[in-house]
Amino acid sequence: MTDLHLANHLHAIDIASLATEEPTAAPGNTVLSLSQVSKTFHVAGRAVEALSDISLDIAEGEFVSIVGASGCGKSTLLRLILGLDRAYQGSILLDGKPIRKPGLDRGIVFQEHRLLPWLSVEANVAVALRRSKFSPRQKRDTVRSHLELVGLEKFAEAYPAQLSGGMQQRVAIARALVNRPPFLLLDEPLGALDALTRLRLQDELKRIVRHEGITAVLVTHDVDEAVYLGDRIVIMQPHPGRIAGILPVGLPANRNRSDAAFLRLRDHVLGQLGVGHEPAAAIRAAE
Amino acid sequence: MSAQAATSRGIRLWRAVALPLVLLAAWEASSHSGLVDPHLLPPLEDVVARAWNEGRNGDLLTALSASLGRDLAGFVLGAAAGTAAGLLLGFSRFAENLLGPTLRVHRQIALFAWVPLIAVWFGAGEPGKIAFIALAAFQPGLINIWRGVQEIPQRYRELAAVLTFGRLDFLRFVAIPAMLPAIFTGLKAALIYAWQATIGAELFMTIAPGIGGVMMQGRQLFQMDLVLLTILLLGLVGAGFNTLAGLSETLLLRRRLS
Repeated sequence: MTDLHLANHLHAIDIASLATEEPTAAPGNTVLSLSQVSKTFHVAGRAVEALSDISLDIAEGEFVSIVGASGCGKSTLLRLILGLDRAYQGSILLDGKPIRKPGLDRGIVFQEHRLLPWLSVEANVAVALRRSKFSPRQKRDTVRSHLELVGLEKFAEAYPAQLSGGMQQRVAIARALVNRPPFLLLDEPLGALDALTRLRLQDELKRIVRHEGITAVLVTHDVDEAVYLGDRIVIMQPHPGRIAGILPVGLPANRNRSDAAFLRLRDHVLGQLGVGHEPAAAIRAAE
Repeated sequence: MSAQAATSRGIRLWRAVALPLVLLAAWEASSHSGLVDPHLLPPLEDVVARAWNEGRNGDLLTALSASLGRDLAGFVLGAAAGTAAGLLLGFSRFAENLLGPTLRVHRQIALFAWVPLIAVWFGAGEPGKIAFIALAAFQPGLINIWRGVQEIPQRYRELAAVLTFGRLDFLRFVAIPAMLPAIFTGLKAALIYAWQATIGAELFMTIAPGIGGVMMQGRQLFQMDLVLLTILLLGLVGAGFNTLAGLSETLLLRRRLS
């Protein structure tokens, strides 16, 4: 009982110190800036605070992982950045301009692939170019090259139902990138895949994002994934959804999952999420 | 494996035809054994002979094509109006608020209750009959397509928003393909309702060339073989419609495996 109190106490100190240590400011040229964003849902006449006082700056070319348990509002946050939901307090600035609606400058990969079952793989990617000013020839070429980017050029004529889960999600990634958006938003994109496919696609994602040189925001509940992919990790906690801490990863781009530094960071994030060994270790250290 | 599939298909076919065969046998037995007055239930061969005669002199074919023409005209009018109304109600909140409640109540009124009104408004002749058939085809078209619009998955609506689709692109790439199964269900139901209404119109409104007319004639002349023949014909045409609709549905939707 007292141990638990102590743990919580230490935990709170830990988070508080981190919040002051690590400012919300991004290290480079800020392209996406959230300040004091709050969002309240009304469920059955009751107000539920989904997001509370979220402030975060994201720099150009940065890969930010947002990690948290379900219900911490991380997907809601992405919907706000996407412009699918405009009922919130605070400000979200994209290149200094407030976000009013969805735009092709933000590509999104959802957890479910959301491919249109009646269109072929190629047509599913091409459909994202409906608003593009490219000539038909340019469109064909860029669809081709994006299918090559995700390694599915041989499946251009296939239909989504004929593909495996991992391949479907690759198509969704190609679709999200085909407009060459400066921003890629990833809403638990690998969450529905089996463990092996997920590991493989994490490498794919890393390669693709680096290849395109774009700014990426990944929402995930997989701490390992967050640490593996992110330049910075935003840790969120629920009720109300808030930022509990922001950690710079500071690991080389080619990370080794069994590296001591990697594991330490992962355990630290797990600790901040209230699971793992970190709080217990802190208690032992305090004793 | 294929042998097994073949047997099970054979068995299924036998099961499907078992009941009709038993009924036919019972029919034959009862009209030959004198158990039932053959005037009331003529034997099967009389009906077949009647079909042969009517078919040869062309009367039945004329009647059938008259009925089918009427059915088609009413179906096209009713289904088109139903589809348009369903789309309007599905896509416009204003239209739904304005028309939805009325149309829901309208649905509760038995179809045949409109016969007297339609007969007075449009006359009991050809326009009245077609109006009645159109009314029958209108409701299933309307209801299914209205529901079809409502059931376009939210995830695809969001996708369209994220890809900044205009209204036309949304219709072309998301709404219409997503609604196709509902549209088919609606049109199929409209086809069946229209066919039923065709016979209803021919029976309850003025006599005109058509299957219903032949049926009435058979009843008035007490020719039960003719009445039975028309009933069989109605079933066959209905089954034909169903098969046709099913086939075109599979052809058009075969790619939607997921």
